Amino acid sequence: MSATARDLVPPESRAPSGAPAKRVRSGKVRRLSRRDKVVLSLMVGLPTLIQLVFIWLPTVMSVGLSFTRWNGLALTDIRPAGADNYQYISQDYPPFWPAIQHNMLWLAFLALVATPLGLLLAVLLDQQIRGSRIYQSIFFTPVMLSLALIGIIWQLFYQRDNGLLNFLLGTSGTPQAVDWFGDSSVNIWAAMIAATWRHAGYVMLLYLAGLKGVDPSLKEAAAIDGANAVQTFFRVVFPAMRPINIVIVVITIIESLRAFDVVYVINRGTNGLELLSALVIQNLVGEGQVIGVGSALAVVLLVISLVPIVFYLSRTFGKENRS
Amino acid sequence: MAAHPEASTSAGPVRRTFLKTIGVSAAGLAGVPLLTACTGGSGPSAGGSESSGLSFGSGSSDEVPKKAYQAVTDAFTQKTGKTVRTNVVPHNDFQNKINSYLQGSPDDAFTWFAGYRMQFYASKGLLAPVDDVWAKIGSNFSDALKKASTGPDGKMYFVPNYNYPWGFFYRKSVWADKGYEVPETFDALKVLAARMKADGIIPIGFADKDGWPAMGTFDYINMRLNGYQFHVDLCAHKESWDQKKVTDVFDTWSALLPFQDPAALGQTWQDAARALAAKKTGMYLLGSFVTQQFTDPAVLKDIDFFAFPEIATEGRDAVEAPIDGLLLSTKGGGNAAAHQFMEFIGTPEGQDAYASVDASNIVTAKGADTSKFTPLNKKCADTIAQAKSISQFFDRDALPAMANNVMIPALQTFLKDGKMDVKNLEAQAKTLYAAQ
Repeated sequence: MSATARDLVPPESRAPSGAPAKRVRSGKVRRLSRRDKVVLSLMVGLPTLIQLVFIWLPTVMSVGLSFTRWNGLALTDIRPAGADNYQYISQDYPPFWPAIQHNMLWLAFLALVATPLGLLLAVLLDQQIRGSRIYQSIFFTPVMLSLALIGIIWQLFYQRDNGLLNFLLGTSGTPQAVDWFGDSSVNIWAAMIAATWRHAGYVMLLYLAGLKGVDPSLKEAAAIDGANAVQTFFRVVFPAMRPINIVIVVITIIESLRAFDVVYVINRGTNGLELLSALVIQNLVGEGQVIGVGSALAVVLLVISLVPIVFYLSRTFGKENRS
Repeated sequence: MAAHPEASTSAGPVRRTFLKTIGVSAAGLAGVPLLTACTGGSGPSAGGSESSGLSFGSGSSDEVPKKAYQAVTDAFTQKTGKTVRTNVVPHNDFQNKINSYLQGSPDDAFTWFAGYRMQFYASKGLLAPVDDVWAKIGSNFSDALKKASTGPDGKMYFVPNYNYPWGFFYRKSVWADKGYEVPETFDALKVLAARMKADGIIPIGFADKDGWPAMGTFDYINMRLNGYQFHVDLCAHKESWDQKKVTDVFDTWSALLPFQDPAALGQTWQDAARALAAKKTGMYLLGSFVTQQFTDPAVLKDIDFFAFPEIATEGRDAVEAPIDGLLLSTKGGGNAAAHQFMEFIGTPEGQDAYASVDASNIVTAKGADTSKFTPLNKKCADTIAQAKSISQFFDRDALPAMANNVMIPALQTFLKDGKMDVKNLEAQAKTLYAAQ
């Protein structure tokens, strides 16, 4: 994950890797030797090929398959279906619209609760408090835990009869006990809190790095100008972290679109926990596979994901072109 | 999943098998045309070349069934001198990857289920018929079992090993205490449930977090109302969902809803089994694998069983008893040793070897040793033996996509608000069955 995060940091905010070579002998292009050409074409060609085979080819194939009916066995069984699969998911498939709503709710919750929480943790831990490292590790641990472990941990909290939460509420073992995972009116909230637990740690780590990168003289200058701590943070430090902020926005959107593991561990994304990603998995993997419908769902998810990706890329590269 | 006890201890896959599975699924994505060319290969030539052994793919990865199949292969090797290479795969993986498994390089023989799930692959030409084997073992099995082993083309494909009936399980001591009696009719069941509710017990234990257990109730009400044949035709989508017969099933069921455990959607069948053991619920409709959860021998001795009461047609002729057994892949069809192995599992000798380790299921071959049966096992076996037709459970009789993607959410919604949109069920069924 940290690798993704690093890749997402716009180039201009990275440490300058050698100042741009000044063109001394302008106008005269240096010829590349044959060996240079081979090396270059290998270095460009191989990644391009990998990208094509493992990303673009499957993507194009999914789009293609979403307009067919296929049982996943022989290729001769593929039959054209027009837009039937899309009509099916939008009109006949009951979990589809709830899934869209849940993804939106998930996004809103991460953006309004989880991300600000991560920012708050980062700001608090950035102060020179004792044991800061230990706290950092504690808050970051959930990001590293496996899916199965997370399921077990939250099961301990949310269980109906023996769970910690019902015990604290004093309803444990009584008929009033809330069934946090089984009651479809509350389980999405229970799942989002579990997701927040992970997401906040992730955001915290990125912001901690961002805060370390803010020039301390900016803060001093603000203090000399008479700004209080809150003003310094919101008027000076936060805007100075703009590159990180963009990364966080993109990560939050992506995380809300690919939210999957928590609901899958709880009940495979049924009964109030429908999410697009869970529906894609259900329709594409395993015995219950309906490739056309699953591909159509995947394409819907792809189109939605393209919005933040295009936004991010246009911002990053738009700026690069200008400079 | 699938009417199957969840793995509590799933054995790790052999590394080679694991790599193979990855390879197969990768190949399944990349080289489908190549693979289809492969599967059309060697036709079944039973009894042809004498081979020294066979490979056997097993999805029975839980500790006890795994050892039980080990006992079967050992007995086979001892009897015939042919070796069996067993590849054990965790059962969820085995089921989920069956498509690429059968198209890649499957084992000669492998564990699977009767019903639509077997017939589908038979009709796609991915299985080898074993009529030669049935010519020898046919007399060991009842007509109902033979019917369940037949493919859509009338040839025999499947050899049953064991099965287990679905019915209501209850604690004898509780029922004796309160003077409850086994209900023979649906009306009696409702009266009994109302009495239990008044006594402060949840009348019918229920768990549907995993989605599939509710299909058992649906199947039974459907078969008791509309008959076994309707169940089969509905599952194969030869009957429409959008008709009064189906609406009637849900109307009948809604009379039971107030008596079923209201916490059903948050618990697994293991939770519900514990609730029955703790005397919190009065009875519980599930497969006989429920008894695996009663680890206390005193509780296990106190458990009894009765068949789903009659509602309208056919009395109690049909019983839901999923059959597990073996199939031959197209590749295994050419291997004489594989045919011999299929024959062996269809004999009392082979089934005794299995049952000597795993006694929680009911042997299917006539003449197999039943002397070690507990009274409960005996009752289960009698129920199956007396049945005129054996259904395989909704997710084995119907298209898997229909069961998993449509019925699970639909039944969960029904449990919540007691409504079922049969028009929508029909619309979904049309699209999914058309894609096959």
